[in-house]
Amino acid sequence: MASALINVPAKAKRGEIIAIKTLISHPMETGFRHTETGVPIPRDIVTRFVATYNGEEIFSAQLYPAIAANPFITFSTVATESGTFEFKWTGDNGFAATEQAKIIVE
Amino acid sequence: MGALHRSSVSPGRGRTFVLIAAIVLAALLSATLPVLTGDIPIDKRRSTYEQMSADTKAMQDEDTANPGMLWVLDGEVAWRTKTGAAERSCADCHGEAPNTMKGVGARYPAFDTKRGAPVNIEERINICRTEHQRAPALAFESKELLALSVYVARQSRGMPIESTDARLEPFISAGRDIFTRRQGQLNLACAHCHNDNWGQKLAGVPIPQGHPTGYPLYRLEWQTLGSLQRRLRNCLIGMRAEIYPYGAPEYVALETFLMWRARGMPIESPAVRP
Repeated sequence: MASALINVPAKAKRGEIIAIKTLISHPMETGFRHTETGVPIPRDIVTRFVATYNGEEIFSAQLYPAIAANPFITFSTVATESGTFEFKWTGDNGFAATEQAKIIVE
Repeated sequence: MGALHRSSVSPGRGRTFVLIAAIVLAALLSATLPVLTGDIPIDKRRSTYEQMSADTKAMQDEDTANPGMLWVLDGEVAWRTKTGAAERSCADCHGEAPNTMKGVGARYPAFDTKRGAPVNIEERINICRTEHQRAPALAFESKELLALSVYVARQSRGMPIESTDARLEPFISAGRDIFTRRQGQLNLACAHCHNDNWGQKLAGVPIPQGHPTGYPLYRLEWQTLGSLQRRLRNCLIGMRAEIYPYGAPEYVALETFLMWRARGMPIESPAVRP
């Protein structure tokens, strides 16, 4: 049940700096922990996050085991034209999630 | 009295000795066993929210930054999913949760006539599953049970906690007994921290009054959502007391008492706590 919460303003003025907030549901298992019987719990993390604006990459991040569960990533960009933001998370065990958000630039 | 007269100590000096001994004993007792001061006055009650940092407050306040909302989203899906031998979803009986579940989180644990005892939201969901959906009960703290209970609790956000049912009274007083009873190797009662020393620090962390206004809540320490029972277990472990199993009547009594204690305070579910 991977789910994500995205906060992109629905409308913005041309040239305005807008804040984008993303939150994805993920356990971010570090790979350093053991079960009660001493068996190592394999690493299961999101390793990469990429945000595109009308197909062009505007932000990306590498994620590591020290990042807490349910990573919250926020960044800003300049609203240049109306269109679509696409957010992609990829990680261990073939984890992949994609979300989109639309913006109208006036 | 005859023995006293035969002793070398005069009756007057004997009485003074007893008096001094009593004072010393009382001083010793009060030093080691402070007397509980009783309930926090209604106007002095504060949600733990007010003791949090600005960052954590912002996280709770904004739905797209509050990780608890991930469970709310899952809960909404689970609410509409048909399950069990009856092939029914929660929505098939209860309709749209924003209308029908409004206020439910503010008045649970509620009295169940059939059981003659209060049940909390998690137990109510499992009763619905086993009796109406004919599906197996969900495990306590499982993702699906937390998702459903936070989805229900969320519909009461901002509403004042209600505790008016007279049938709950014996359970409130049972909960109060547990709350004020010393237990564990540290010989502490819940009330020692949460009634008498809230606002002070314990290991550098502010002690909250312990009002259950935001459960199930996202605790940064847990990195996940958890129920009030999980939080109560945390406290019991901290007191080095024996924990009750999930679903034990002692927890429900404590929950019922805590909701009475927080009556009138607004629901924050899903809250975020450090």
